[in-house]
Amino acid sequence: MIMEATIVSYCKIKNNTIWVNGEKINIDNNSVDFTAFLVNLYRQMNLNYPKFFKMDNLCKLGILAAEMVIQNNSKSENFEKDKVAIFLSNNSSSIETDRNHIKTIENKNDYFPSPAVFVYTLPNIIIGEIAIKHKFTGENAFFVSETFDPNLIHTYASIALQSSHTTDAVCGWVNVDGNEYEAFMYYIEKTNFNKVGHGLNMPHTAEMINELYN
Amino acid sequence: MNDLIETLKAQIIEQLNLAELKPEDIDPNAPLFGDGLGLDSIDALELIVLLEKHHGIKIQDPKDAKAIFASLQSMADYIIANKK
Repeated sequence: MIMEATIVSYCKIKNNTIWVNGEKINIDNNSVDFTAFLVNLYRQMNLNYPKFFKMDNLCKLGILAAEMVIQNNSKSENFEKDKVAIFLSNNSSSIETDRNHIKTIENKNDYFPSPAVFVYTLPNIIIGEIAIKHKFTGENAFFVSETFDPNLIHTYASIALQSSHTTDAVCGWVNVDGNEYEAFMYYIEKTNFNKVGHGLNMPHTAEMINELYN
Repeated sequence: MNDLIETLKAQIIEQLNLAELKPEDIDPNAPLFGDGLGLDSIDALELIVLLEKHHGIKIQDPKDAKAIFASLQSMADYIIANKK
């Protein structure tokens, strides 16, 4: 089998627990409140990105998960950011922000739709936020499915990686519905037989993705 | 005027989710956009909503928005001049 790409880093965030490349990360002041948990994690990561606070919880979770796979993939800053793709998926779309938006428009006597809220009423804005922060301008797609589908994301990413326009991709699942949340993200890069690979160097297969997810 | 400036600071921090800013960090005469608070186009829309929701003032001519939102001070001046 010719390996087209390798997984160089991955992370999972669920139930106030974080795993990066298989290692559990401890959080200071761990909180049961989801928003507080996200802010604690942001501060612990020293991101210094004030726009984080303007995001809804879905995007906050996506930004933090992406940061973990990007920071932990051992790549230098010199890769071509226009060739980094982002392929994400979830189950609940942007339901939390949809609910918040409805609250701002349900009373006709107090009808003030908030631009800062309704701008997040699409799940693919996670991709936009990650792309803006990291200046990634490659291919992107967002899928809504019942459960995380390793085959779907693997197939889509594999097709993109066959093109010369894509050398790397951030892929995974970012889902938020109330206090239930889950992020699983991984970073893949096209195998370059002339260079030593970065990070974990695990085969990019649907089976491997499923194994890491579970 | 000072009370209004302080009220606006609190409203802007809350409405625009500027969680890392304290009221004393905002210079009333500093630009709100660009080099000042670094607000963006969504924030501009949010400021228009803020004026209407909290101060009952609707900007009639969108061309005036740039001058009104130049700084916190210019916002306060506009509110005082247009308060019914």
